[in-house]
Amino acid sequence: MQDFSAAFGHALALLVALDPDLMEVVGLSLKVSLTAVLCAGAIGFPLGAALAVARFPGRNALVTLVNALMGLPPVVVGLLVYLSLSNAGPLGPLALLYTPTAMVIAQAILVIPIIAALTRQTIEDLRIEYDEQLRVMGVGPLHKVATLLWDGRYSLLTALLAGFGRAIAEVGAVLIVGGNINHVTRVMTTTIALETSKGNLALALGLGFILLAIAIGVNAVVMGLRATAVRSAYA
Amino acid sequence: MARPTPTAARGKQVILPLVGEGIVVARGGRKLLDDIDVEIDGHGLTTILGPNGAGKTLLLRVLAGLLTADRGRVLWAGRRLDRTRFPNLGFVFQKPILLRRSARANVRYALRAAGRSRAESRRRAARALAEAGLDHLSDAPARVLSGGEQRRLAIARALAVEPEVLFLDEPCANLDPASMAAVEGMIEQARTHGTRIVLVSHDIAQARRLSDEIAFLHRGRIVEHGTVHSFFTAPQSAAAEAFLAGRIPL
Repeated sequence: MQDFSAAFGHALALLVALDPDLMEVVGLSLKVSLTAVLCAGAIGFPLGAALAVARFPGRNALVTLVNALMGLPPVVVGLLVYLSLSNAGPLGPLALLYTPTAMVIAQAILVIPIIAALTRQTIEDLRIEYDEQLRVMGVGPLHKVATLLWDGRYSLLTALLAGFGRAIAEVGAVLIVGGNINHVTRVMTTTIALETSKGNLALALGLGFILLAIAIGVNAVVMGLRATAVRSAYA
Repeated sequence: MARPTPTAARGKQVILPLVGEGIVVARGGRKLLDDIDVEIDGHGLTTILGPNGAGKTLLLRVLAGLLTADRGRVLWAGRRLDRTRFPNLGFVFQKPILLRRSARANVRYALRAAGRSRAESRRRAARALAEAGLDHLSDAPARVLSGGEQRRLAIARALAVEPEVLFLDEPCANLDPASMAAVEGMIEQARTHGTRIVLVSHDIAQARRLSDEIAFLHRGRIVEHGTVHSFFTAPQSAAAEAFLAGRIPL
């Protein structure tokens, strides 16, 4: 208990002093996860919207698959990305293994199904509401997708939030493809795991606080935006 | 903001004369529209009149190409509907479907979808909203407008693109007398400007006020189709007679 109190106090001191090592890890975590979420959004939003709008044979199977992929095991994704980026893999010549880019790829793969599945559900509900009006206006399929994404944008923030939550808290995949290299690929979750195993609870705790604060802060901002949109009838 | 790119390149589809031949729509073994033949052409306003459950809205949707009949066919200017071409029509649903945008953005969206340039869309939207008496609400989110304002916005949006035919499904349902008068004023004005209007209503007084011709629908069949004068002065069917007398037709 005494150890815990000391670690707690030390962690707070690191936070207050904006310890450079701590800030470097936090900065890289945010950079990797935000980039991964942006990439995943660029793919997941149109994919989810297309699934909501298009009707084709096998659509239900594809929707089921996307939904199932929301539960992708991170270590499996990490392993697959590792195999693809390793020297013997198809993307080996790109020399991306153990770089932040590899971590972005792994996180994006984990986040795409989450954003796509939540987008599909949101856009499908909106499509049911808008469909006949857009048809009589002569709006084509691509414009319909763009319209539904734009008008559903506040609801889609939730999908983005869920994706960010998955990315920032993820440890297995980034550990495998990033290697947890100091000053290169060390992020909050991998550092927490490492420092805990070394018994350096202060740094681990400090990072844990920051991780929690980021999660709560992002949630609060998105929920605030959404509430504003609902109040002004845009959501 | 997502706006449709101009679709004018696809070409507008001429609608009139609008003909329905042998239209049948059945659900659960029951014919909701039963072998309907109807032709709408020329100018003016046709009201599809009838009691609740007669199939009025269903017929309107089939004629507008929103629903495919189980049997029979709809011809727009002598051709089957071509979904690759721009439908030059306006449709106002009983419960208006408004985009999650401002009133102005709703009208501009329809104009852009119809192939108008940005500048023209801006100009026409401002004029349409002013004519609907909604210019002071241009920036208000469409979905916070009152029921009457939403109805007027939906009609203004439909009329802004100058459709050849305007389909209206119970445009005054659940409106107070002042709102009803405002909506009817817009409909009158559109007819004056040459828009062919097909309106669904069960309101006898409104049909008498607005219509040039009446198609009386009863149990999925058009039992009378003629001028408003002949319908109200000398109904030819027992069902129409009963309906005009305020009784439920048998």
